Amino acid sequence: MIELKNVSMLFNPGTVNENLAISNINLKVKEGDFITVIGSNGAGKSTLFNLIAGTLIPTEGSISVNDRIVTREPEFKRARYIGRIFQNPLLGTASNMSLEDNMMITYRKGFKWLKRSLNHKMREYFRTELVQLKMGLEERMKENLAMFSGGQRQALTLLMMVLSRPDLILLDEHTAALDPKNAQIVLELTNKFIKEYRLTSMMITHNMSHAIEFGNRLLMMDKGEIIFDAEGEAKKALTVEKLIEKFHEIRHKSFENDRTLLSDE
Amino acid sequence: MIEGILVEGLIYGIMVLGVFITFRVLDFPDLTVDGSFPLGAALMVQCLLLGFNGWLALLVAFAGGVIAGVITAVIHNHLKVPNLLAGILTMTMLYSINIRILGNRANVPVLKHETILSRVSERFSGIIPDEYIYLLFFIIAALIIKLLIDMFFRTDLGMTMGAMGNNEQMVISQGVNPKTLKTIGVGLSNGLVAISGAFAAQYLGFADVGLGQGIIISGLASVMIGEFLVMKSNRIGVLTLCALTGSILFHGVMYLGRYYGYVIKMTPNDLNLIKGLLIIVLLVVTQSKKLKRFTLRAMVAK
Repeated sequence: MIELKNVSMLFNPGTVNENLAISNINLKVKEGDFITVIGSNGAGKSTLFNLIAGTLIPTEGSISVNDRIVTREPEFKRARYIGRIFQNPLLGTASNMSLEDNMMITYRKGFKWLKRSLNHKMREYFRTELVQLKMGLEERMKENLAMFSGGQRQALTLLMMVLSRPDLILLDEHTAALDPKNAQIVLELTNKFIKEYRLTSMMITHNMSHAIEFGNRLLMMDKGEIIFDAEGEAKKALTVEKLIEKFHEIRHKSFENDRTLLSDE
Repeated sequence: MIEGILVEGLIYGIMVLGVFITFRVLDFPDLTVDGSFPLGAALMVQCLLLGFNGWLALLVAFAGGVIAGVITAVIHNHLKVPNLLAGILTMTMLYSINIRILGNRANVPVLKHETILSRVSERFSGIIPDEYIYLLFFIIAALIIKLLIDMFFRTDLGMTMGAMGNNEQMVISQGVNPKTLKTIGVGLSNGLVAISGAFAAQYLGFADVGLGQGIIISGLASVMIGEFLVMKSNRIGVLTLCALTGSILFHGVMYLGRYYGYVIKMTPNDLNLIKGLLIIVLLVVTQSKKLKRFTLRAMVAK
């Protein structure tokens, strides 16, 4: 479904700040995949998402969705079939508007015209969908989102995104800014929605046990490369210890590579 | 006196609605206003001199304002110029254009010609006391425009624009190009400003290139006074009403400054200083109000 071919991303080329954030990545995401992505800070996880979502255009390589090349398609066009949730819960909703207005804006993707779609029927529909969150938000449809907690807003962003039925969803550490209780709630909702609607999804997380618990495939990234890719049974067999071991093993190797490289000079 | 303040407040109130759209809804501080206000006045007067129907002339003025706004938005969007600078660029260019429109003159009177206002006062004189005709006309005109804006911001497009100033990422995530929204919004805003200028020219009896000088400050001060009246609302109807009321109050203050300022040895030349100081005072007051509310909430939470 989504395919990245030889994708590289070089920031500030030709300067002292030159930084190869993504180095020659090849990745195929199949329909229905739920991929968890782990890696230390600066490993290139968010850059990878930015490339898929269209926030960044790769310096090299191509990205295709359903066999259509979208490498240079702007973010707002790709957003029509790629949903994305950020770490910051404020980015998915507008604080200065009511809950129902927010849901109306996100209900249909693409350019909006001078039509007034928010009517009684839509409100009823939103109300029934909001019940799924079990947060009592269906009683607060006229309230501004500024009055809601981060957890509520993130759950809401998730629901609104799911209702628009995207082909792929990108979750960029979407529970990292929430307190443990809310993080758990949002994560469970995420898992529930992904299963229910059979969404193809990618999730960045810093929590290794989450990465193992959720999804059918796990990617480990380091220095702009995918250093480990486990799928299906191989992923099921993983434990946190094995993952750390694997991480050390590969990191150690790359460290040795560096040393040989240096001694060669 | 009071009807004078009200009429002025309502005429400039249409401009304030435009400023409200850019500054508050789009979060796009647009300085084109200083040029599009006299542009509206110039187009109106010149069209009337050419013998156009008053309403047609108003439409031309609106279209001119929209084009001015679109130019600012395009400069900002495609040349990656900061929005403030883009507005200043258009405003500066409009100064020359306005003089051109007025036939290389800085001031053109329109007193001898038939305007929308003169026709309205002819039609209703005798039925309504003369001094209230303009007032009634502008109450109706301002309300119609206010209601149209309210309707616009309840449509899907308008609501998305409402989210824009608060959260541009959200707009992008919905598959909408924020550049398109900015272009529509800034265009619409300047169209309103030009209509305001067109009415001002008819009311004053002339168009002058200097008509728009510092008008953005008046607009902003009016918006802020209006906001001062209501704590916070998400209802567009309330917000636009506040903007109109703010404009009337602002012109009340300016009127007092103009006619009674001599008591404290103030001249009309000091008005711009007063406008600026008014904004600063409003900023200080609103910020300390926020501070108070914040500490109050913190205390309740404890």
